[in-house]
Amino acid sequence: MEFLGWDQLEAGAVIPSFEDKNSDIVKLKQEERNYAKTNSYTASVADWRVFKPVFNKDVCIDCQNCWVFCPDTAIVARDKDMLGIDYDHCKGCGICAEVCPTNPKSLIMFFENDDNDTALSQWPEKKKKEK
Amino acid sequence: MSKIIKNLKQFSTSNDRFEGAHLLCPGCAHSIIVRELLNCTDDNLVIANATGCLEVCTAVYPHTSWDASWIHIGFENAATAASGAEAMYKTLKRKGRLKEPDKPVKFIAFGGDGATYDIGFQFLSGAVERGHDFTYVCLDNEVYANTGGQRSSSTPRGASTTTTPAGRVSYGKKRYKKDMVAIMAAHGAPYVAQVAPNKWKDMVKKYQKALSTEGPVYINAMSACTTEWKFPADQTIDVSDLGTDSLVFPLYEIENGHKLTITYRPRNIVPVRDYLGVQGRFKHLFKKENQHIIDEMQKAVNEKWELLQRREEAGI
Ligand SMILES: Cc1ncc(C[n+]2csc(CCOP(=O)(O)OP(=O)(O)O)c2C)c(N)n1
Ligand code: SF4
Ligand code: SF4
Ligand code: SF4
Ligand SMILES: [Mg+2]
Repeated sequence: MEFLGWDQLEAGAVIPSFEDKNSDIVKLKQEERNYAKTNSYTASVADWRVFKPVFNKDVCIDCQNCWVFCPDTAIVARDKDMLGIDYDHCKGCGICAEVCPTNPKSLIMFFENDDNDTALSQWPEKKKKEK
Repeated sequence: MSKIIKNLKQFSTSNDRFEGAHLLCPGCAHSIIVRELLNCTDDNLVIANATGCLEVCTAVYPHTSWDASWIHIGFENAATAASGAEAMYKTLKRKGRLKEPDKPVKFIAFGGDGATYDIGFQFLSGAVERGHDFTYVCLDNEVYANTGGQRSSSTPRGASTTTTPAGRVSYGKKRYKKDMVAIMAAHGAPYVAQVAPNKWKDMVKKYQKALSTEGPVYINAMSACTTEWKFPADQTIDVSDLGTDSLVFPLYEIENGHKLTITYRPRNIVPVRDYLGVQGRFKHLFKKENQHIIDEMQKAVNEKWELLQRREEAGI
């Protein structure tokens, strides 16, 4: 798709979020929506990351703390389950790992270039409470 | 009818209308606040956004991050745009010219503290006095963040900003933070409240109340700014917790200009210095010659908390 230059746009121009006119967007999950190319959902900020969160499903209790506090709509929660991270939109801020309450954590920050399977194989053990 | 949100699991079934790949800093609280607000309702939304980090970073041409009608407007006139849209909507409805007249629509305005406390102040005051049915949300990060960190009338005393730099001759800003919640309550607005993103349940409750209130509503949202408050990006929620638990940002609401209710009482109140200590903008206050500013701030926080409690008790 070609875009007009900023100096070719007229004042009052509209940027569409979707390809179709649907006034019930709130009822559709992201994967059911027909996003326009002008919706930032179609873009990626993956190259902002230095660290990335890796998700370990085995420890997760689906509390959704990570979902509510992610600033980048990058935690994929469906039907009350935490499914994982949307690596196109995650900026690697580390908030999700910080607010995750499990022991050991279900989200841990690793270097962007680390392999996820290797990261999962090195998952820390449950920490004993310090007295 | 308002959406039922009993717990976080249920809240997480919301279909987001604020998309990722906006260009706000990693860890920015503005977007956490916006997501909590948009996800608390299924109604259609018309949103006006004053210039500031939120507007600039969520509409970088050719992209928009908004899955709702969203108006990109000047620095000073988010309240004007929202009230104009609301007035037009009412007129079209009266004339029978709406395509879906039974669908509920809510009008929202977002502004930073610069846009709200300073530059858009008279426009907000006017819109509230005219009684438009809209909710104004101030994303209060206590600084003009988008232009590089200049002080606003929301910046607290003692904070170092680019226009009130701390150094050999100064401890930072000398003037006090404006009490915007009290000012908006004094307009007689039916609902005014202070919220913080770390207390999501309190926030959702207040947002739902705000959207179902007929008439103008003002919400002051504490928005911890990793860049200008100077803390690591993963600490946004922790810093916010210190903000609410030190009572620097007490959570309360005021109905019909007078009835005050405290909505969050920290189990363990933490000292103000703990909140200051995690932020680079207050680092200089820990020097020996500036310690009296911290003591002064603690005293002011105690007095304000006392006042809020007395007002709540009085129930008048
Ligand atoms: C009339 C006018 N003056 C100045 C500016 C430049 N400007 C753009 S954003 C901004 C700061 C916004 O601060 P605030 O409202 O606190 O929002 P924040 O970026 O902190 O979220 C300024 C000064 C402008 N756009 N319009
Ligand atoms: S690292 Fe930050 S952006 Fe990425 S998923 Fe976690 S909270 Fe969201
Ligand atoms: S915060 Fe941790 S435990 Fe809770 S849903 Fe997210 S990953 Fe799972
Ligand atoms: S400067 Fe502050 S308010 Fe602006 S995008 Fe960055 S963290 Fe958010
Ligand atoms: Mg600001």
